[in-house]
Amino acid sequence: MSLAFSISPASEVPIFRQIMHQIQRAVAARALQVGEQLPAVRSLAETLVINPNTVARAYQELIREGLLESRAGRGVFVAERRQVFSEAEQARRLRHLAEQLCHEAVLLGTRWGELRALVETTWKQLQSQPESHT
Amino acid sequence: MSATPAPAIEIDHLTKFYGTREIVRDLCLTVPSGSIYGFLGRNGMGKTTTIRILLGFEEPTRGRTRVLGEDSSRLSPANRARIGYLPEGHHVYGWMTVRECGKFQASFFPKWNQDVFEAVITHFRLEAKMKAGHLSRGQRAGLCLALTLAPEPELLVLDDPALGLDPVARRSLLQSMLYVTRQPSRTILFSSHLLSDVERVADRIVVLDGGVLRADCTVETFRSRLRHYVLKFRDTPPPTPRLPGLLESFRTDRELIITLANVTPDVEEQIARLGPESIESVEMTLEDAFVSYVGERGEKTFFTRQLNGK
Repeated sequence: MSLAFSISPASEVPIFRQIMHQIQRAVAARALQVGEQLPAVRSLAETLVINPNTVARAYQELIREGLLESRAGRGVFVAERRQVFSEAEQARRLRHLAEQLCHEAVLLGTRWGELRALVETTWKQLQSQPESHT
Repeated sequence: MSATPAPAIEIDHLTKFYGTREIVRDLCLTVPSGSIYGFLGRNGMGKTTTIRILLGFEEPTRGRTRVLGEDSSRLSPANRARIGYLPEGHHVYGWMTVRECGKFQASFFPKWNQDVFEAVITHFRLEAKMKAGHLSRGQRAGLCLALTLAPEPELLVLDDPALGLDPVARRSLLQSMLYVTRQPSRTILFSSHLLSDVERVADRIVVLDGGVLRADCTVETFRSRLRHYVLKFRDTPPPTPRLPGLLESFRTDRELIITLANVTPDVEEQIARLGPESIESVEMTLEDAFVSYVGERGEKTFFTRQLNGK
């Protein structure tokens, strides 16, 4: 599995959330395919030198969000894509992210044309990744 | 399943005076078996004293402490052998070699796992023939850790184990701590000033300030209860109001930055009434949160108890 986690403890972002983001990104970029197994909590914790409960927490949150699923006695896997959020919640999350992106872009002095092109390229890159094998 | 094991550590209304100086005041704390507790506080705030009382090296002035279910002042040798204690400063007998240190220590313990000793020694790149007195600080820490871990203690008490270690040795230390707690019955209490290390491995943190317990909660809870608010104004910001839980405030021409603990909707409303153009709530790093919480500025008396629990 091509997952290279990196975490930094001295960040405003809690460690469990850093792990969540990296898994989300890996799934979006299809570096992690649907049905693929994630490392065991204990082994990921030892690789990253962090408390296993922190890894477990990240997995639990992602299971709750429907991105991962736990199969009894076998481990944690990337779930079939399904929507666990209501439409209103989806919209809220996207709006929040769009605001964040636009704020940063304005601060960096990015023009709308550039930003739009960037979003488009990123979107297309994700689409062109090989489809899941399951 | 058997019944839940006794807590590894129970501190019951512990107070300690040196002469007329109060070092620890009415401290209550329970460390359940199987957890990693980070013991935080600035220097001279009572951490080492608390640890020494726990291990029976000093008498409490009032209150009592129990370790592995037994009163600290009457710890039996059998129970003592179940506790690994790494005192501050990584002391070793300089004239012994690494191997001799191991043999010497082993003679005191009924249980001694030479494989663990050698694994830790190797992990810190030590060799059996090296003279303990010639080791670097990080190597000495490795030797001390090996001596502490080889008896396979159920409870590990580490007093500032990372002091003076370079980043590589610190990482090895953290790895060893996580390795120890692979077995769910093992408990660690460690004091540290390196908050990024604490954030990596601790299940919960305990904050002592002036001998008083000021937090006993998860890292996450601690961080989430403390927040920065950045208020932007069109003109000069109004004077900082007397908000409950105010830790720090900082003003610039157009901004008022305040750090608050345990924000309630009521407090948020008070902030909004100041009439800023914008309010941004910013998450803090553990280190920032800690510094705000026990630093010099700000009031000191609110919420001892509220941060306890979950």
